[in-house]
Amino acid sequence: MHQLYTAVFEPGFFSSEPVRVALGVGAMVAIVSALVGVFTVIRGQSFGGHALTDVATAGGSGALLVGMSPLSGFVLGGVLGAGAMEMIGVRRARGRDLATGIVLGAATGVAALFLYLDTTSGATTGATQQILFGSIFVIDGSTVHYVEGFGSLALVLLGFIYRPLLLSSINTDIARARGISVRLVGTLYMLVLALSVGLSSLAIGTILSTALLIGPAAAALRLTKRMGWTLAVAASIGVGATWIGVLLAYDSYYWGSSGNGWPVSFFIVGLVFLAYLASGLPVVRAVTGRRMPSDLNVPVVER
Amino acid sequence: MTAERPAPPEQSVVLALEAVDVWLSGRRILDSVSFELGTGEFVGLIGSNGAGKTTLLRVILGLQRPTSGRVLLGDEARSRGNRSIGYVPQKALLDPDVPLRARDLVGLGIDGDRFGMPRRSAKRAGAIEEMLHAVGAQHYADARVGELSGGEQQRVLIAHALISRPRLLLLDEPLANLDIRSGQEIIELLERIAKEQAVTVLLSAHEINPLLPVMNRIVYLAAGRVASGTTDEVVRPEVLSKLYGHHVDVLRVHGRILVVSGPGSGDEETLSASPALVVG
Repeated sequence: MHQLYTAVFEPGFFSSEPVRVALGVGAMVAIVSALVGVFTVIRGQSFGGHALTDVATAGGSGALLVGMSPLSGFVLGGVLGAGAMEMIGVRRARGRDLATGIVLGAATGVAALFLYLDTTSGATTGATQQILFGSIFVIDGSTVHYVEGFGSLALVLLGFIYRPLLLSSINTDIARARGISVRLVGTLYMLVLALSVGLSSLAIGTILSTALLIGPAAAALRLTKRMGWTLAVAASIGVGATWIGVLLAYDSYYWGSSGNGWPVSFFIVGLVFLAYLASGLPVVRAVTGRRMPSDLNVPVVER
Repeated sequence: MTAERPAPPEQSVVLALEAVDVWLSGRRILDSVSFELGTGEFVGLIGSNGAGKTTLLRVILGLQRPTSGRVLLGDEARSRGNRSIGYVPQKALLDPDVPLRARDLVGLGIDGDRFGMPRRSAKRAGAIEEMLHAVGAQHYADARVGELSGGEQQRVLIAHALISRPRLLLLDEPLANLDIRSGQEIIELLERIAKEQAVTVLLSAHEINPLLPVMNRIVYLAAGRVASGTTDEVVRPEVLSKLYGHHVDVLRVHGRILVVSGPGSGDEETLSASPALVVG
């Protein structure tokens, strides 16, 4: 029994300070990403969410260049990017696609320059790895407070716009007829999305943060039929994948003889992907009571 | 058949349009539109595609500002997002991926415009249950809305629009995506609701015949102009010819009505979707 325990939790897992920080930060990041992600998927804005990660890359690498913490750059970049997309026309389907593409392209170009300067400046040679693939094991105390602050702000904002956002995500005409400012709600949502992308960029890197945003939400949407459950299941998948990912990454230091572990982002994203695949299995659907679209048989009530 | 429609009950004015003009990108979409609707009336907004039906509904909803003229709701000037109007938009088919049960969507009709998280209460649940029964949607109350059929979604959307107790219910082409029987059931439902809940129902359609047995009033829209009254007052060659601006024939066949644009004009237009409907 003890052997099994130490095989799962390699020595020092629970006493390691970086691990504790990673578990705490990871949980906050995973919850925010999963909840925001549910709306991202419903609104069909996965591409927009991904474009924001490219802006976050530019922001984070720029922040390193001027000696700021990457998180502030991620969030600032995300918010500016969201604003730019909103201005170019994120509300119409075609305009949204266009805005996303333009912002994505421009941001990636800037990020290429900043990352080059970061790595050649000497002081931050690990910049590319840190920005693109995350740094959940090397988060300092002050950054933890920022994660808590930005995460709470995102959750409070999302809770505030919850109902009008839901209604305008379903049908903008109905929402407008009810007097909802679809534009205002959409802009606030983009702000929340920018915060979420900033946080997940810190944890698992800008390139992979889309996985934590979309994956748990997409899996939860396949398993549930009411919003409350969707949010709960998405958050659970996100936190579960992040925690197990942190554990596996820690354990991986003991796997080979080289003493080098595997990157935690790989484990988290891999687990999210597996969760999504599992959500499509008939046996999982049978347990959760959600049927496949193909064997839908809606009760016929018209006599 | 056309003669035995119920006379509109005498009541207060729910909606009044006074000389409403709408110009959009240099084109006159609505041309001095005036009419009044009373409490509990069942009104068909009839016109062919492009006649201006959707624009007129948007004006009433406050989503389109008239270039000139006034819109009065009861005694008040129209303001955006008024809770006294319920609205069911055109082709409002919902995405099957949206995790909302029919009862959740109806609940959003109560408080979907409010900020903050929803609060559950027995009173709220009771109101939702009652409304689901009123539209005959109780059997699929717990199904995902996006996975329901067009007619079922239509009922849920009607419940969503009605639960805030509006005085006026607007429906944009609710029959467009439905088969004939589902459409008939929706019409019967709306007629019952208009009577039982004293709601004025204004429904747009390009096909007049399914509505003939239930309409108290017709608002006939052609080329941006409106004629309003009972079907017998409005659907006559003199009235419609003036509206269209050229000669129009009105044929009555077995209680059905066929409006034919003038001979030789080259743009024959009928208000029946297909000749088969008229013959059948």
